[in-house]
Amino acid sequence: MTTAIRVRGLTKSYGDLRAVDGVSFDVVEGEVLAILGPNGAGKTTTVEILEGHRTRDGGDVSVLGTDPGRGGRPFRDRIGIVLQAAGVDRELSTREALELYGAAYSTPRSIDELIELVELTDKADDRIVSLSGGQRRRVDLALGLIGNPELIFLDEPTTGFDPRARRRSWDVISNLTSLGRTIVLTTHYLDEAEYLADRVAVMAKGRIVADGTPAELRRSVQSDTKIAFDLPRLDEPLVELFDPLIGQGRGRGHRVEFLTPAPTADLAHVTSWAMQRGIELDGLTVESADLEDVYLSLVGEDEDSEDSGRADG
Amino acid sequence: MDNSLGASRVSLVVRHIRAQNRIFWRVPIGAFFALFLPVMMLVLFVALFGSDTYTTEYGEVSRAQFYTPALAVFAVASATFTNLAINLSIRRDEGILRRVRGTPLPPWIYLAGVIGSAVYMALLGTVAVVTLGVVAYGVNIELTKLPAMLVALVLGATAFATWGVALAALTRTAAAAPAVANAVILPLAFVSNVFVSFEGEAPAWLLLVGDTFPLRHFVISFGEAMSPFSEAPAFLPERLGVLVAWTVVGALVALRKFRWEPAVGASSARGRRGNSR
Ligand SMILES: Nc1ncnc2c1ncn2[C@@H]1O[C@H](COP(=O)(O)OP(=O)(O)OP(=O)(O)O)[C@@H](O)[C@H]1O
Ligand SMILES: [Mg+2]
Repeated sequence: MTTAIRVRGLTKSYGDLRAVDGVSFDVVEGEVLAILGPNGAGKTTTVEILEGHRTRDGGDVSVLGTDPGRGGRPFRDRIGIVLQAAGVDRELSTREALELYGAAYSTPRSIDELIELVELTDKADDRIVSLSGGQRRRVDLALGLIGNPELIFLDEPTTGFDPRARRRSWDVISNLTSLGRTIVLTTHYLDEAEYLADRVAVMAKGRIVADGTPAELRRSVQSDTKIAFDLPRLDEPLVELFDPLIGQGRGRGHRVEFLTPAPTADLAHVTSWAMQRGIELDGLTVESADLEDVYLSLVGEDEDSEDSGRADG
Repeated sequence: MDNSLGASRVSLVVRHIRAQNRIFWRVPIGAFFALFLPVMMLVLFVALFGSDTYTTEYGEVSRAQFYTPALAVFAVASATFTNLAINLSIRRDEGILRRVRGTPLPPWIYLAGVIGSAVYMALLGTVAVVTLGVVAYGVNIELTKLPAMLVALVLGATAFATWGVALAALTRTAAAAPAVANAVILPLAFVSNVFVSFEGEAPAWLLLVGDTFPLRHFVISFGEAMSPFSEAPAFLPERLGVLVAWTVVGALVALRKFRWEPAVGASSARGRRGNSR
């Protein structure tokens, strides 16, 4: 398998902030890599360095055999970019914009086909300014694919999509992979990463904290079991409940959830604690960890978690 | 090797000029300032001062004869300088320029499209004003001096287009561009024979200001080519030279300072426009 992207020791600082702090990974041809991470983790910075949109401070980067910092027209002819935020000439219609931007590529895709693919057939001749936010994002996606690229960068491509449009764009993206395209995407949606990605890299504070297939990541905390239950309002302190636990707890309102490598012991402790006090543990569940638990345990759940747009909202 | 990619450069430039023209017509405000306003001002000024003539060192001239070339030049300055400063900084702040940089389209072709469209609109504005002057007010225009008109027009439009790009490069955010562009061009118009003519009677320092900047040289060069008293070919080489000099300086500024990325903190990629001036 040929390497499409090779990144070694990538660094980038903005003033004192090390936005990307020694990142290394490879993407082989035909692979889909999803970069997950909380707001400000450095995902966009990393991806935009690979696209040639930003300069790097250090490290080696090779994209399609080219240094993206020096990639010229032939390089950009082979890649497709959906930026997290980029404008478009909004007085043009979708069709006009696709015609205009498509003309610069050596092998542009069929415009009608693309419009149908992103489901803008009814809106194709309306000015982009009149489209809704999610529809405009689909224009972005179409513009990213117009050049029939072999490598595609998608920075939060489905943010703002309704659930149906999101599913639909997943189909579009999986379709690209079946054509052998290589894709790097960032997302906050774990189900999106799980559905689309061959490999997931979890980024936090400028570093990659985990990298593997979704299954591998799940397995990395697989030994952990999630125990959850509802706790009624109590006057007594909860140290006696939480202190002896082997697993790590977290509460959401009255819901207590924790991951534990020793479910039997922890469960015994929890139930005996409850029985001594005559408390009924409503909604008690014991299940294996899912990708979200992996993610939260990796990025540290107390910071950024409320605005990192998890799939369950 | 680049030639193997996509359409040829020339056809891409043409494509982008046309796209920008289309955008221009779809945003009425740009068309108003560059095309309609100068025409309207000519009608108004002639209605107000119509019977008036004023004396030059050569003889009596009608007001329309004065205002037609002056307002034609003002149309050029609006369409190039003001519009480019505003439009390019908007396109930068919205992230359109950065999108372009991620495609195989050479960024200069996108720029050429925007500039080419502005120059085209400048020509349209000139034709509209001059045609109105000639047809409605009997303003003098002579075939033998047409080359001088054209040369003045081309050099003037180039200078102001260059400075439109340079000003977009110098303004940090699009929000500032309209104010800065108008703060430059409007006072300049008053000391540059656009709205009022003055030669001997004005204070020396005002004349000096007018002579320093390119607008007055542009107005006088263009007006000379339309004046009933000038001899063909009616070129004013020194004034044209000033236009060229300003173009060179403007081009240096634009080349050194032009940014494709929005400034950090510039209202990016969202909420556009009003194109408010
Ligand atoms: N141009 C810039 N100038 C200064 N700081 C920046 C710039 N771009 C990003 N940063 C900072 O670098 C850090 C990483 O930003 P980046 O956009 O890469 O995060 P991200 O992972 O894409 O976040 P999100 O999920 O919100 O899109 C942030 O703290 C951000 O404030
Ligand atoms: Mg981002």
